[in-house]
Amino acid sequence: MIRCENVKKSFGDTEVLKGITTEFEAGKCNLIIGLSGAGKTVMLKLLVGLMKQTSGTIMYDDVNFNSLGDDELRSLRMKVGMLFQGSALFDSMTVEENILFPLELFTKKTKAEMLDRVNYVLERVNLEGANQKYPSEVSGGMQKRVGIARAIVLEPKYLFCDEPNSGLDPKTSMVIDELIQSITYDNNITTVINTHDMNSVMEIGDNINLLHHGTLVWRGNKADVLTSDNEFLDNFIFASPFLQRLRNAALGRS
Amino acid sequence: MFSNFAFHFGRYLDLLWDSFSRPERLKIYWRETLRQMDDIGVGSLIIVAIIAVFMGAVAAVQFAYQLDGQLVPSYYIGYIVRDLAIIESAPTITCLVLAGKVGSNMASEIGGMRQKEHIDAMEIMGVNTAAFLILPKIIAAMIMIPLLVALAAGLAIVGGYMAVVIPETIPSSAYIKGLQSFFVPYNVFIMFVKAFIFAFILTTVSCYKGYYVEGGSVELGAASTQAVVVSDILILLADFLIAVVLTG
Repeated sequence: MIRCENVKKSFGDTEVLKGITTEFEAGKCNLIIGLSGAGKTVMLKLLVGLMKQTSGTIMYDDVNFNSLGDDELRSLRMKVGMLFQGSALFDSMTVEENILFPLELFTKKTKAEMLDRVNYVLERVNLEGANQKYPSEVSGGMQKRVGIARAIVLEPKYLFCDEPNSGLDPKTSMVIDELIQSITYDNNITTVINTHDMNSVMEIGDNINLLHHGTLVWRGNKADVLTSDNEFLDNFIFASPFLQRLRNAALGRS
Repeated sequence: MFSNFAFHFGRYLDLLWDSFSRPERLKIYWRETLRQMDDIGVGSLIIVAIIAVFMGAVAAVQFAYQLDGQLVPSYYIGYIVRDLAIIESAPTITCLVLAGKVGSNMASEIGGMRQKEHIDAMEIMGVNTAAFLILPKIIAAMIMIPLLVALAAGLAIVGGYMAVVIPETIPSSAYIKGLQSFFVPYNVFIMFVKAFIFAFILTTVSCYKGYYVEGGSVELGAASTQAVVVSDILILLADFLIAVVLTG
């Protein structure tokens, strides 16, 4: 579990996050949603330590993330996996070398054991046999799956996904969502997903956090979305007339 | 202006400190160092060779022109070309050229990794990115650049020979006599001191510029250019200081 208490972040005079207090639960897909500029990316960067908050605390289980020294931080980070929006695969390395990279750096496995692990995670993301391909030789959806494979190869306790569906067609988006969800449930990972994909919200949103102008304005799960009368949630999720009609139909409203 | 300089200098020292911290796995660093040695050394061989030959040739022709009709013996051309190549032109001009070729390449490579979130990805994995990305480059440059400089000095002398002996400006025996005259081994020491220091400057400045790049392709281009300009200025400044300290 990851717990944020009164987390604030400012850039100069601009306060981007205005005291976020929330929890991201283990074994669940925790979503951060909101309009562009709401502070989602900043929130995710604070959670993984790519930025430091101006004030407030971030707790990884019982560990205060910001009080860790360099060595402790590195050892905690080995329990963290992240899928980047652009996948962030190393262009000069093959799929196999990309996934081997953290194994070679941080484990003492033999080469054969490492390759077994690589093949296992590639199978887990349905990419068997793609070992020798370069990132430029596979599609965007496959790149995301390689990114997931690399993120889970060290068996992380915490998985962060930044816009995992951006740039993907709806069908591939569903495949990625299902993959993240099953990995989360099977391995009891604390997964935090930054998204504005409505399908993801309704399919895998176990714990949804809606940010608006740097403030947490709603928290709930996918079932709560349909029945909530929160104005911000309504404006965000059901912004399009089509979705409004769909919700009304689902709730039997005229 | 001073606060800007202090900010960059402090951040540069901070990055160097991180770069020299303990590697996670020596084997991976060694592999990366070998790759960099190939990039820097083998990759720069042709350009360094061409420049060195012409550098020596131009020096020989111009000294022959200036000494023509003077009382100075013609074999001095070989002596002057040799010492000029060893003390000044081989280390300084080679490293100025390498700042353009190798330095801009390093700044672009690391800057591109920053922009494509590769550095963030490594940070999250727990990799010490400063050490992983910069230390192999520093080690590789400090091994390969002095070798390139020594090669450049040799080729400059050969270039000088071809430029004045083939057109029969001076006889071959005179040029060779000049090469063998007044040789001071200490000058070779100066050449290697310069090569090591210049290699360190061009590598670390270029990596610094790439590592902290922000924005898009325009900023990446600007960082690459700044890497070359700042490296060149610092190399010239260091050249002067080394001359003062070692020969003053």
